[in-house]
Amino acid sequence: MQNILAIWQRELKSYFVSPIAYVVMTIFLLISGFFFFGNVSEIVQFTMTQAQMGQASQPIDVPGYVMQRLFGTIGVILLFMIPMLTMGLFSEEKKRGTIELLLTTPVGNFQAMIGKYLASLTFLLILIVSSWCTISPLFIYGQPDWKPILSGYLGMLLYGAALLALGLFISTLTENQIVAVILTFGVGLALWLVPAYLTSSTGISKSVVDYLSIINHLDDFIKGVIDTSHVVYYLTFTFVGLFLAYRSLESMRWKG
Amino acid sequence: MIEVEHVSKFYNGRKAVDDVSFSVKKGEILGFLGPNGAGKTTTMRILTCYMPSSEGTARVAGYDVFEQSIEVRKRIGYLPENPPIYPEMTVQSYLSFVAKIKGTRSGQRKSQVDEAIEKCNLGDVRKRIIGRLSKGYKQRVGLAQALLNNPEVLFLDEPTLGLDPRQIHEVRSLIKNLASSHTVILSTHILPEVSMTCNRVVIINEGKVVAMDTPEGLAHQVKGAERVALTVEGPTDAVLDKLQSIDGVLGVQVTEGNSDPQATYTVECKLDSDLRRTLAAAVVSQGWGLLELRGISMSLEDVFINIITKEQE
Repeated sequence: MQNILAIWQRELKSYFVSPIAYVVMTIFLLISGFFFFGNVSEIVQFTMTQAQMGQASQPIDVPGYVMQRLFGTIGVILLFMIPMLTMGLFSEEKKRGTIELLLTTPVGNFQAMIGKYLASLTFLLILIVSSWCTISPLFIYGQPDWKPILSGYLGMLLYGAALLALGLFISTLTENQIVAVILTFGVGLALWLVPAYLTSSTGISKSVVDYLSIINHLDDFIKGVIDTSHVVYYLTFTFVGLFLAYRSLESMRWKG
Repeated sequence: MIEVEHVSKFYNGRKAVDDVSFSVKKGEILGFLGPNGAGKTTTMRILTCYMPSSEGTARVAGYDVFEQSIEVRKRIGYLPENPPIYPEMTVQSYLSFVAKIKGTRSGQRKSQVDEAIEKCNLGDVRKRIIGRLSKGYKQRVGLAQALLNNPEVLFLDEPTLGLDPRQIHEVRSLIKNLASSHTVILSTHILPEVSMTCNRVVIINEGKVVAMDTPEGLAHQVKGAERVALTVEGPTDAVLDKLQSIDGVLGVQVTEGNSDPQATYTVECKLDSDLRRTLAAAVVSQGWGLLELRGISMSLEDVFINIITKEQE
């Protein structure tokens, strides 16, 4: 436990002494803030046109609408950002040779991996929580229903955790961070787009293909539904990613 | 302390380490000597549990490196060829991180770190960022890291690589001091390092152990004869005849200055005989001037080249 904690602490600190943490956080907040603003002004415009045309406007759940759109956007931004968080986890240790230190101390492969994974997960949590700044106007100027927002956040966290596990696995494969970042992004994008392509071009049953897509499982969370099948999907994804990473670390010892 | 039995390691079908066996006693400094790419680093990596061997077994501090690798790891300190440092950390925070992952109890951590800093002379840079330090300091940070948690066995892979002469001297004397409380295996391709620091030498070439002895023993093993250099003032031919007639002398050669009455001769004598007194007496009894007389000892360098070239023939 002490080992996991030590690795976690070092890894988390290293995000903040390098520019990565600040760059990722700034870009994330900027883009999500921009889309938030866009969504809100879209609604404002829509209601204004309706009022001008003299139609009695139907009541709209403004926060609900804005948040649903925003979560969709955050899902895409995370696909870009998460590879940056995982690219260094093992590739950098390999490149610097510090992997020789880690693997010759009583820290096992498993503890090293979990410590690093938890550090990236902690950073993701900080990132997601920081987006509260962006949506705070909803709470200042209205009373949004917080339950779907919370379930949306849970979905983001599970989805991010799954992508982090994928990135962790990929970073054990190479000592080049650029390769790690592109591979992680590529595989993530493929898991998102390929299922959609398969439904349209082949006869494979839509329900099977939809189940594979990493982003489809987010929809229910965003709508405020916590469906165990989606939770199971993301947790399985995470588990498989960590398992592959562990295997890859083990095999690295044999290959040298 | 360390027993290595018939260890081999295959790398992409090539044998990087080929049937290596040796043992090291407690408190010994073993020099691991060989040209670059001979398999020194691979052997060290096997012994430090970084990678398993393909064949054979090895025990460090009484534990099998494969079966009980965690127990072994608790008892070793390892300085790889490139010091395993995190450039963004300060010296102190790095060392306390390593102490943590080596399982030092939190009460002892600070004193352990202080001790390592003191031993490696890192006092003035303890708050500095490692990435900004010179190569010599980085190497010493790597060494300090290996000393943490008082390991029973230290593995140092080319510990003086990239240091300036003064630093090399410092590191060598540090290693010598360590021998009292640790068993040390040190790899190097620099020969004087071995004769200065090690009690025993293993010479490895193309993955095989080609010689194993004390540095002096090795020198003795390889040379076929004792050699003495003499500088004498006197008629060259007469001196040659006289020297050759002495019992136990195998051959005499003029090495320099044969035109002058003064010349230097190299005398080869039978092994294990010290003929210096006899030679001096012979020269003086003829009334020639004996200007210089010294025994030529074979350096480890000669031994090494001798052994390596013999292997290749």
